[in-house]
Amino acid sequence: MDIKVRVWRQASPSAAGKMVTYDVKGISPDASFLEMIDVLNETLILSGDDPIAFDHDCREGICGMCSMVINGVAHGPEKATTTCQLHMRKFSDGDVIDVEPWRAAAFPVIKDLVVDRTAFDKIIQAGGYITAPTGTAPDAHATPVPKKDADAAFEAATCIGCGACVAACPNGSSMLFTAAKIAHLGLMPQGQPERDSRVIDMLQAQDDAGFGGCTNAGECTTVCPKGIPLSLIGRLNSDYRKAVSKR
Amino acid sequence: MAVSGALLVFFLFAHAAGNLKIFVGESDFNHYAEWLRELGTPLLPHAWFLWIQRVGLLVAIGLHIWAAAALTIRAKKARPVKYAHRPKIQGSYAARTMRWGGVIIVLFVIWHILDLTLGKVNPAGGDADPSARVIEGFAPDRWYVTIFYVLAVVAVGFHLRHGIWSAVRTLGQQTTAGERRAKTIALVLSVILVAMYLSVPIAVTTGLVG
Amino acid sequence: MSANDFWAEGEPVFDKAAPDGPVETRWERRKFSAKLVNPANRRKLTVIVVGTGLAGGSAAATLAEAGYRVKSYCYQDSPRRAHSIAAQGGINAAKNYRNDGDSVYRLFYDTVKGGDFRARESNVYRLAQVSVNIIDQCVAQGVPFAREYGGLLDNRSFGGTQVSRTFYARGQTGQQLLLGAYQALERQIGLGNVEMNARHEMLELIIVDGKARGIVVRDMVTGEITTEFADAVVLASGGYGNVFFLSTNAKGCNVTASWRAHRKGALFANPCYTQIHPTCIPESGSHQSKLTLMSESLRNDGRVWVPKNAADCQKPAGEIAEEDRDYYLERIYPSFGNLVPRDIASRAAKNVCDEGRGVGPGGLGVYLDFADAIKRLGRKAVEAKYGNLFEMYERITGEDPYETPMRIYPAVHYTMGGLWVDYDLQSTIPGLFVVGEANFSDHGANRLGASALMQGLADGYFVLPNTISNYLAAGPFPAVQATDAPVVEARKEVEDRIAKFLSIDGDRTVDSFHRELGQIMWEYCGMERTEEGLTKAIGLIRALKEEFWTRVKVPGKGEELNQNLEKAGRVADFIELGELMCIDALHRRESCGGHFRAESQTPDGEALRHDDEFSYAAAWEYFGADGKPVLHKEDLNFEYVHPSTRSYK
Repeated sequence: MDIKVRVWRQASPSAAGKMVTYDVKGISPDASFLEMIDVLNETLILSGDDPIAFDHDCREGICGMCSMVINGVAHGPEKATTTCQLHMRKFSDGDVIDVEPWRAAAFPVIKDLVVDRTAFDKIIQAGGYITAPTGTAPDAHATPVPKKDADAAFEAATCIGCGACVAACPNGSSMLFTAAKIAHLGLMPQGQPERDSRVIDMLQAQDDAGFGGCTNAGECTTVCPKGIPLSLIGRLNSDYRKAVSKR
Repeated sequence: MAVSGALLVFFLFAHAAGNLKIFVGESDFNHYAEWLRELGTPLLPHAWFLWIQRVGLLVAIGLHIWAAAALTIRAKKARPVKYAHRPKIQGSYAARTMRWGGVIIVLFVIWHILDLTLGKVNPAGGDADPSARVIEGFAPDRWYVTIFYVLAVVAVGFHLRHGIWSAVRTLGQQTTAGERRAKTIALVLSVILVAMYLSVPIAVTTGLVG
Repeated sequence: MSANDFWAEGEPVFDKAAPDGPVETRWERRKFSAKLVNPANRRKLTVIVVGTGLAGGSAAATLAEAGYRVKSYCYQDSPRRAHSIAAQGGINAAKNYRNDGDSVYRLFYDTVKGGDFRARESNVYRLAQVSVNIIDQCVAQGVPFAREYGGLLDNRSFGGTQVSRTFYARGQTGQQLLLGAYQALERQIGLGNVEMNARHEMLELIIVDGKARGIVVRDMVTGEITTEFADAVVLASGGYGNVFFLSTNAKGCNVTASWRAHRKGALFANPCYTQIHPTCIPESGSHQSKLTLMSESLRNDGRVWVPKNAADCQKPAGEIAEEDRDYYLERIYPSFGNLVPRDIASRAAKNVCDEGRGVGPGGLGVYLDFADAIKRLGRKAVEAKYGNLFEMYERITGEDPYETPMRIYPAVHYTMGGLWVDYDLQSTIPGLFVVGEANFSDHGANRLGASALMQGLADGYFVLPNTISNYLAAGPFPAVQATDAPVVEARKEVEDRIAKFLSIDGDRTVDSFHRELGQIMWEYCGMERTEEGLTKAIGLIRALKEEFWTRVKVPGKGEELNQNLEKAGRVADFIELGELMCIDALHRRESCGGHFRAESQTPDGEALRHDDEFSYAAAWEYFGADGKPVLHKEDLNFEYVHPSTRSYK
């Protein structure tokens, strides 16, 4: 198939960027979206142009590195799918496809489609863990965990930290990301001792990083490649209210 | 947002319930309007309690707008560079129209007070009975006023549909069943409220009341 | 042509750190004999950890918890992304929660046997011992393992074992374990005990006075080259499966950190030991950039087959009658059936495809059919177990595996070879430790399923933190300065190499070289190898290397984010590694584990080992770009698990 892509090109963090149009010819519908960009880059290199910089790594939808807003939708048109798992068969011959980076003050552009997501690590640093230094653990069966809770914790823990929620949020809020970690750890008995301080500290870190506030717009969950549900934000709010009232 | 919004929702219901009095009779409606001013007497002088309510409402509206403005400013700061391809709305339409919906509602409320409370833009004028203001304000030949009113009330409905559900979420609702319940309640309440508010002007314009 | 045109033989190499005596107490005794570092002194000692996967992340967090100052490096944008995250199936541990006869000894036995008697008994026993601690540790961190209704941990049997000892978190066990390690690491970063450097790539090892004392790194955002110093360096930089271009590894996985250390004197052991995973999604065309693995757990319920007659291969699967299907694994290996170890399943798939009975594009695929499982368990149960894998398959191929059988084909997945380390995980360069897939030590010639996660975390959480203290006890070592001759030299090597890449300005892209290298490796150093093929491959690789250094085109400059420059450095190292892999494969004139040498097979076509000649680990020493690598043999002694022919029939 033959398509056109309009891609955000920005040489450096401080440079001004713009959308640039490229023709991509003869792409197999079985190619992934990133493989299409690979093919385009090969031709750009050989014609002496600068290839498009983009983040990617595992290309199987789990590392969370790939990050493209495709036609205004984070990770593109297919639900519950990362950019790397999106295939060209979801597009039609002759399409013009817009490709942009995540846009958020907390995720500054480094180059082209590559953004800096260190802010997410900062949120985790603030409390997204259970303190369990190596060697201190009791036997794994010492504390049974109801299957229901373990399953729910797992669902929340499948977040890949890609940042699509922030990219899609009209407020640029990272609430779904933070809520997923709060829920994962808060649902496990091991996570109870730090439950209150965790929610307060992580929310503070999120505000400090320059993310916007949540208005429950719900765009985040619709683009989330792992389908993290919006209800986790309610859980976070509830945890936060309880934690603050105990202070 | 959630707490101030909740106060405003309570007010809207009380206000709507009062409006329906007009179906009982014009004198009942006028009597109700007077009763509002007599509430709290003789503990408080005439109309004081109403003014307390009005001040309370203003504070709630102020807080609501202040919070909305703060969130909007934060949102703008959080995304300094806009998307070239306008983001598609994936979630709910109501959720994405809260801000402009809110602005429209504020403008409507100002007009609404000038019209039916103060009578400044009402053909019956400020000295007429409340029922006269309603009946002349929505008279059949002023159909355009009714249409404007209808649109504004529908905007309020949209605002509430997301607002009520969102408030429940902000206050900590978190289960899947609760999620469904909250959505249903938000929708039902919004529809009931819109129906209550629209019944009066439509009834007047179509001549059912008058 | 004699093999010795390609390599020379040197002195044997010995693992001096391993205690002898009863295998059950070796680890205990080693821990007791290892010198300790006073807690107050740990703050004065710095350790560099390269890589933030299961091994690197857990090591960095644990060392920091112990009080050392840690500097951590990864090429990804966050330490949460290393490719350990993609491991699907599970992690083994000898908990015997199922009371099905499992024990530390049985896990040890299975792993030595599964590794086709090419792993060290001491290491494997230790691995089995600490496996139980890993599960405890991960549960304490909040890893949401699958549980039963009673609230206890669930287990499943996995790839080639007859006990249920595999702990799992749906099909995302690697992700959950890595997030556990990542969160522990982030906690230490937040506390200021770890200095994290994401988007940084190690490009050279710095050796001062014979000790590993630092690394040269490139900041991948600004292109700045810096020299970083420490009292010890830990490489946790993963495997080198991407030498094949198409593999299940992440695109960024590379051998550069290990290879740079190898060039500086660290021995590289068993480079040709590659694991080819039997259940991957087949290639779909020339645009293919990587292969995707489908968890091996699928073989628990899926049945593998191809048409009996080559003529049926083009027909839709549904039109092939039951009696015309060849469930070849069940036929050839009746006692293990579809659950034979990976190497056997992979080679069997290759054999049937070589016979012309493969299905799908290019005839490179076999069916993995769930029709029986759906009939037996119901679609719902199958969905609960494998739903996410089925979805992934459908997303990639556009076919619905509930309706038509999946097509699978083997793909390179894991490399058992790596830098040679002793029992302490220390390489032949003092102060250079190697953990996880980057080392060679625990899996022999073939890794069992669900053992990679186990080894990565064993090394990082429990082994390295206990052994590195023995080395660090002699520190802090004299401060290294940026102006010291070895530092200046290492830095200059890096800068010159980058300048060279950028100056060639040829007419071929880096990827085109990588793809070509991969084709050579897959063809001649893949599932089946011959002396003739390997000899040819060495010639092809040498020619490719020359072409690379004259015709490669690397756009852009060094002082910016330049992904092609990053790739160029990695591919240059892969080319050199590829040659060594072929030499290693050539010298090992036996079939063992994942390595099938066509000249060494039984009359019925099964792998034939030669324990008399090849019961050793082959550790190679670098002798210059044009010199012959030197082979150092480490003899393997089997005191407990006596070599026998693996039979899964």
